[in-house]
Amino acid sequence: MSPDILNTIEVILNGLMTGVMYSLVALGFVLIFKASGIFNYAQGVMALFAALTLVGFQTGQIPFAHLINDMFGTHYHNWGVGFNNFIAIVLTILVMILFAWLVERLVLKHLVNQEPIILFMATIGLAFFMEGLGDLMWGANIKTLDVGIPSGGSFWWEDVTRTWASAGSEYYGMYIDVLDVWAAAIAVLLVVILTLFSQYTKTGRALRAVADDHQAALTVGISLRTIWVIVWSIAGMVALVAGIMWGSKSGVQFSLSLIALKALPVLILGGFTSIPGAIVGGLIIGVGEKLFEFWIGPLVGGATENWFAYVLALFFLMFRPQGLFGERIIERV
Amino acid sequence: MSEDNNIVLTVNNIEVIYDHVILVLKGVSLEVPEGGIVALLGANGAGKTTTIKSISNILGTERGEVTKGSIEFMGEKIENLTPTELVKRGVVQVMEGRHCFEHLTVEENLLTGAYIRKDGKKQIRDDLEMVYSYFPRLKERARSQAGYTSGGEQQMTAVGRALMARPKVILLDEPSMGLAPQLVEEIFEIIRDLNQKEKVTFLLAEQNTTVALRYATYGYILENGRVVMDGEARSLAENEDVKEFYLGISGGDKKSFRDVKHYRRRKRWLA
Repeated sequence: MSPDILNTIEVILNGLMTGVMYSLVALGFVLIFKASGIFNYAQGVMALFAALTLVGFQTGQIPFAHLINDMFGTHYHNWGVGFNNFIAIVLTILVMILFAWLVERLVLKHLVNQEPIILFMATIGLAFFMEGLGDLMWGANIKTLDVGIPSGGSFWWEDVTRTWASAGSEYYGMYIDVLDVWAAAIAVLLVVILTLFSQYTKTGRALRAVADDHQAALTVGISLRTIWVIVWSIAGMVALVAGIMWGSKSGVQFSLSLIALKALPVLILGGFTSIPGAIVGGLIIGVGEKLFEFWIGPLVGGATENWFAYVLALFFLMFRPQGLFGERIIERV
Repeated sequence: MSEDNNIVLTVNNIEVIYDHVILVLKGVSLEVPEGGIVALLGANGAGKTTTIKSISNILGTERGEVTKGSIEFMGEKIENLTPTELVKRGVVQVMEGRHCFEHLTVEENLLTGAYIRKDGKKQIRDDLEMVYSYFPRLKERARSQAGYTSGGEQQMTAVGRALMARPKVILLDEPSMGLAPQLVEEIFEIIRDLNQKEKVTFLLAEQNTTVALRYATYGYILENGRVVMDGEARSLAENEDVKEFYLGISGGDKKSFRDVKHYRRRKRWLA
């Protein structure tokens, strides 16, 4: 194969990997939107918060250390010992469940039957609050996150692909980050688990029932409040996975919460109510923006990755506003 | 109402206000005896659905509120219980317009009805078979998405779903809505069957007065948020006023609003 084709393949592969990362974030949005019709603006911040909490547990940071020290004139910052990865992740999941419960208690409960825009505003407020809370609890410095997922380029893949190039051409192999491959595998696993859960468990069935018809769900005795806590907990766990992946890749810092913006075009493409849609939408945007940059980028001066996804989303809004996999509107004739 | 019947459900003089301003029920009282089929009759906007929803306590989702009066189920006050708690005690509503879960299959719809039950898979399976025996058509459509089934099948799914909760009382809102007359008969036959064989008590809001009075044991007539008349179904069906205003049978010669006597009679109803 000529180096040109191999380069294109490399771009596509990397695009797919990036796409998976977008999908991970979009997934959290879809879960909450499906079950409660709320567009959860705080999803990105939840990922940041989950990652911060995880690092905090790993490194044994004392929560609210700065606040405590300022108030009492002490100088404690660290317990001295941290938890191992597994326990830290379990603890973080518990924190996210507690968070979901608090959100239901303090926010959603009081806003039942309000207009969607009011709920949306509430999640914006929630996002700002959590941003501040995260900083206050764990400090605002940039942290590295390492849960033992290998990262860096794969030499094996480089060697394998080098042999694919036609003889005599100058080609040094493809670059693929092992971390990205792991992220893709974990994302697939997550989707499989979520699908099995919603299709074959009683709670999953109740979740889908609530997504279809709130009032009817009430009449069969499904408690909307319980369902909301469950959904927000699951979204919190998905946020944790996204936070781990993005955090391992680029460090845990404020900009992590901005990945939520990239999820928006993914959602428009895939449809707000479809889990497969979130995945496929993410992949299309990932591959699309990388290929566009590779082929068209040089002609227009590059940096197309910043806007490509949004322009694509714009086109979709014009021609297929419910997205590729948006809930089919059942209409009997 | 005869004294030897146990009253399971009592509504005492309730007043319902929507959005803090709109007074919809102006003091409705009714009693449902154990094992009865009680019909709640009246025109559009009379307050039938509101009465049903205030019993099942899902008014809150529509910004409605019971401001006066009380509701009792088997001697206990229930107006402050959550819908979940009510379903657990055996009061289940079937909403007007069916409200099936469109994207779930018919069988999944039925299974969600058993959501609150804790008595094990075996019993739930058995009840599923029981529902299928009353509605054989649902068994054929078990795997199709409920949204794609016919109106009659959706109504059956909704009733079946309520049955899966093992209810003592089913609050059935407008089961005949949008169905062909034949199908309406079929559904009512099944309701009578369920009432006799499964000992389910029904409170049934219905516009189709003719059919409802044929199957019900007792009836209440609502107008403008008040009960204007009640009695045994048979005696209601024979009442001259009911015949004229609800059943569309007048006593021979044509009536006109110029006829003072007729006008007064009608007015008395609306007062």
